[in-house]
Amino acid sequence: MNRFKAFVRKEFYHIFRDKRTMLILFGMPVVQILLFGFVITTEIKDVEIAVWDKSKDEVTQNITNKLLGSGYFKLVKNIDNEQEIYEAFKKGEIKEALIFENNFSKNLNTKNNADIQIITDASDPNIANLIVSYTSAIVYSYTSELNANLKIPMQIKTESTMLYNSEMKSVFMFVPGTMAMILMLVSAMITSIAITREKELGTMEVLLVSPLKVSQIIIGKVAPYVVLSIINVITIIALAMSIFHMPIVGSLSLLIGVSILFIFMALALGILISTVTNDQQTAMMISMFALMLPTILLSGFIFPIENMPKILQWLTIIIPPKYYINAIKDIMLKGSDLSYIWKDVAVLLAMTLILIGLSIKKFKIRLE
Amino acid sequence: MVKVENLTKTYDKGSIKALKNINLSVEKGELFGLIGPDGAGKTSLFRILTSLLIPDSGTAQIMNYDCVKDYKEIRKITGYMPGKFSLYQDLSVEENLTFFASVFGTSVEENYYLIKDIYTQIEPFKKRLAGKLSGGMKQKLALSCALIHKPEILILDEPTTGVDAVSRKEFWDMLKKLKKEGITILVSTPYMDEASLCDRIALIQNGEILSVNEPQNIINQFNRKLFAIRASNMYQLMQDLKRFENLNTVFLFGQFVHFTSNNREILESDIYSFLELNNHSDIFIQEIEPTIEDCFMEFAKVENSFEKH
Repeated sequence: MNRFKAFVRKEFYHIFRDKRTMLILFGMPVVQILLFGFVITTEIKDVEIAVWDKSKDEVTQNITNKLLGSGYFKLVKNIDNEQEIYEAFKKGEIKEALIFENNFSKNLNTKNNADIQIITDASDPNIANLIVSYTSAIVYSYTSELNANLKIPMQIKTESTMLYNSEMKSVFMFVPGTMAMILMLVSAMITSIAITREKELGTMEVLLVSPLKVSQIIIGKVAPYVVLSIINVITIIALAMSIFHMPIVGSLSLLIGVSILFIFMALALGILISTVTNDQQTAMMISMFALMLPTILLSGFIFPIENMPKILQWLTIIIPPKYYINAIKDIMLKGSDLSYIWKDVAVLLAMTLILIGLSIKKFKIRLE
Repeated sequence: MVKVENLTKTYDKGSIKALKNINLSVEKGELFGLIGPDGAGKTSLFRILTSLLIPDSGTAQIMNYDCVKDYKEIRKITGYMPGKFSLYQDLSVEENLTFFASVFGTSVEENYYLIKDIYTQIEPFKKRLAGKLSGGMKQKLALSCALIHKPEILILDEPTTGVDAVSRKEFWDMLKKLKKEGITILVSTPYMDEASLCDRIALIQNGEILSVNEPQNIINQFNRKLFAIRASNMYQLMQDLKRFENLNTVFLFGQFVHFTSNNREILESDIYSFLELNNHSDIFIQEIEPTIEDCFMEFAKVENSFEKH
């Protein structure tokens, strides 16, 4: 026990005295989650618009008010000629311009038809698309209100409901993926580097020629990272909840439990990597390419697995973060309990046990 | 205490022979030196003894524990100091010592008497990080860490390489004190002048043991006349001596050339006249007592000529 305590204390000295490790351990999770939350966003909010209201009647006023009242749009300026529209776009003042035709209300009442022209800045096509559909939806809902007491023959309306993330907040999708990525980085990459560092500096030679058992070396080496990873999980969840108002529908303890399972899996992977390499550089490269890229690309974190070519879809079967992201997404957003996510958890558990077994078996008690 | 029989070790699927059929035995309480140049096989032998490597064939035992099978026992009774400085550079002197003490299931206080003489020298710097110590102090700390669990046998791989002359002397003084505590010490060094400080030495080259004996006996076995020669043009002197009739060995040794002949009756005057004939000036010739290095060159030459035939 004393041995173990001394070993863990030594490991904490290493961590706290190395600025780079500290930065990766504590700086990165915060930066990552803020980056994904704020910068990479697929939702619209306070889009700058300009309005050229040629008719200035009650209906156009109502529509404009409805748009601005939605919270998605912000009126930057009123315009009264075409030239101004293009200038505003060029200067980047606006993302959308609305033009109501002359005699809007009159046309609507007499011809049952009136036109609004929507001009958007499509240098970012996804956002432009979103803006158009949001605008159309609001205008459409206004016309429906107008028609409420009229009977329109034969009309099919689609009504969609976005379950679990009804506001389409992208940060909710990124939190589980970011957690998987950070845990991979902290647990797998940092441990593999920490172990290979002992090999590189020759201290492993001294540790091996001591009465320490292999299991004592491994556990002593990874125990601090278990603790730090759990702190990271809690930090990420706290950030997601406080800054992005992400609701955690399911059980918090189940969420942390599954995360701990994933941490063990990642640690075992890290140990496994360290058994096949002898220097830190290689360990880092392997962790980067063998762990980080699949975690980002093949786990469903950014790209939906269903849209991948078949071969890649099969490949995702062996990517552990896929199961983790699946499970915690369900817990966080749907409030699923263990009976719904047991399949993912079982696969993770099996992977963890296999990896732990493999890494202990491959850990060398000698130099070759 | 240590028994090595027919030990062979190769690397890279047999293409590099590090140890060739080595036999060696070390008595309890001995200060035993393994003397040889870089790449002679010293580190390979020590790593096999400390159970870090598995030999291709042959056996190695410490206190009747097999270095392969009983590696767990071996690791309890040995104190090992690798050739490369292998302590935690980002831990302080004190933290390193405490860590290694607890890894071996003991405490600094328990065996403090053993390391007291060494540790008091580095104690003023106990808060300093190990990576910031000088070479000599690093080695003293490493020795303290290897000793802290009172091992039966101490295996030191080139502890004085890269250490200044004063620290080297201090280090050997410490080893002598430890010997009095009854600890068997196995030390390797490329410095021939340290050989005379050991009880017995083994000369090793190219994975083969050339000779095992007490340092004085090895010197006594040297049965040729040895001359130290100097002249104004040292390079030309070497070249000319290589053409000397009945030449045995000639090599540079500090400011002199050490020279032996196959003719055991050779006189200083014989060499003198040969050199004068070759237009050398400021010639200085003196017959001297051989050092371990001279013996090593002599053994190595015999060994090499065997290999050639």
